[in-house]
Amino acid sequence: MRASRPFASLALAALLFALFVGAWQLSSSTGAGGGAAVDPEYAALVGAAAAAGGQTPFPSPVQIGGRILEHLADPFYVRGTNDQGIGVQLAYSLGRVLSGFLLAAAVAVPLGFIIGMSPLLYGALNPFIQVLRPISPLAWMPLALYTIKDSAISSIFVIFICSIWPMLLNTAFGVASVRKEWLNVARTLECGPVRTAFRVILPAAAPTIMTGMRISIGIAWLVIVAAEMLVGGTGIGYFVWNQWNNLSLADIVTAILVIGLVGMVLDQLLAIATRAVSYQD
Amino acid sequence: MRRPFVSVEGIARRFPGVGGGAPQTVFENLWFGIEEGEFVCLIGHSGCGKTTVLNILAGLDAASDGAVVVAGREIDGPSLDRAVIFQSHALLPWLSAEANIAFAIRSRHPRWPRAQVAEECRRWIELVGLSAAAEKKPAQLSGGMKQRVGIARALAVRPKILLMDEPFSALDALTRGALQEEVNRIVAETRLTAFMITHDVDEAILLADRILLMTNGPHAKIAEVVVNTLPRPRTRHDVHHLPGYYALRNHIIDFLVDRSRLLAATMPKGWDPRSVPEVRPAVAA
Repeated sequence: MRASRPFASLALAALLFALFVGAWQLSSSTGAGGGAAVDPEYAALVGAAAAAGGQTPFPSPVQIGGRILEHLADPFYVRGTNDQGIGVQLAYSLGRVLSGFLLAAAVAVPLGFIIGMSPLLYGALNPFIQVLRPISPLAWMPLALYTIKDSAISSIFVIFICSIWPMLLNTAFGVASVRKEWLNVARTLECGPVRTAFRVILPAAAPTIMTGMRISIGIAWLVIVAAEMLVGGTGIGYFVWNQWNNLSLADIVTAILVIGLVGMVLDQLLAIATRAVSYQD
Repeated sequence: MRRPFVSVEGIARRFPGVGGGAPQTVFENLWFGIEEGEFVCLIGHSGCGKTTVLNILAGLDAASDGAVVVAGREIDGPSLDRAVIFQSHALLPWLSAEANIAFAIRSRHPRWPRAQVAEECRRWIELVGLSAAAEKKPAQLSGGMKQRVGIARALAVRPKILLMDEPFSALDALTRGALQEEVNRIVAETRLTAFMITHDVDEAILLADRILLMTNGPHAKIAEVVVNTLPRPRTRHDVHHLPGYYALRNHIIDFLVDRSRLLAATMPKGWDPRSVPEVRPAVAA
């Protein structure tokens, strides 16, 4: 739904954000300070907070802001396998998501087309789809690692398997529900099967297909973080896990924000593409 | 026996019965012909299978029995020579008015260069008076404009036969009148053979050379053929002043009000589905 007063909504959003960050900053600054005196050598060895017997304090918004600026200043550095810029890690993740997603689209759209056109095939394949669809994509990971024997390709496979179902089902549904009268127009104009498929059925089903793609890319972006935590090596999911091992909470919060922003951009790109192919009936 | 240009020979349409019961016959043993350049209207109540008859003529539906022979050959599917103007206009909503017509032209002439298709397209758009709205999508057009595009699309393939399924029933009275005149003019100019389904008695009298009266379904039949003897050219302004107009109109309305139901039960003795009696109410008056 579009807000009737966009500026008022925007101002309210800014106010809510300021309140949240302000409260966070206030609570993290009051909690610090004090503490018992400790042996400075011990403190230097294990870190001040640990030496005091406390936990690593949750970073304040100012600390996180500083960390974000540091990441933004140099996003693409590579200083060894475990120390790479957040931009490099994002690029790995995006590369996996896009290759898995495009492979899935290359399979799902033609297959969905055939299923949508043939009630026989739809009936025959539907039980398989219904069983395979609810499987968590990560459950495939061990099988993928065993058969493919490559962690990077395995995570692409996991993206493939999770993004194929929404596209397949939406394409089949979109193709099956093309209006009979449009098909009759094509028939009276003696359009061949190929011309009918590309000039009538595809444009008619395109909005439904694009909606399936939008759902798929959302799921793929959710799954890639978990998949990379599992297989390790590179990617934004591995970055989060690595910073957890470093107990660097500021980096984790930075990564969370970046994951959210990239997910939103992916979703909006598909939303724009959906609008481009949609029509008013 | 000499066959007319379009010869409908004993067609029937049956649907499988519900739950394996006896098949439902919508109509059966329908015989009629359409001469080249003739305009024939089919009038009957809803549910008598009028649209199915038109779809069989178009090749979109198959008859359960019988055959349709056009120019000496039995039809076995849709053809560019038999254009259809659909009741719901059936424009492709993602294409502009112009592109909808161009789609039809390219179907007829796949090898034409782009410029020639555009040129032909402009000609048809001008003919139906849509030059100002050529770039608009169907959703932005009024009902009458949409049907104009539908008419241009059907005519742009230069068919031999024009089939119309209540093409003006969704339009307001003024728009309907204007479009009837236009179809009347175009069909007369191009000497098209036309077959139209309608509910509208005045429309049938204005346009048709012969009017087929269909009884109520199930088991609908063509009871009578009314020959329209009113002289051409006819216009909306003067057709109802022509002598014999009201005799013709009353005959058809009497049929729709009473006889379509009575005749559905029992046809008169000597009625032969193969040569349905012709009546000329306008001459008798």
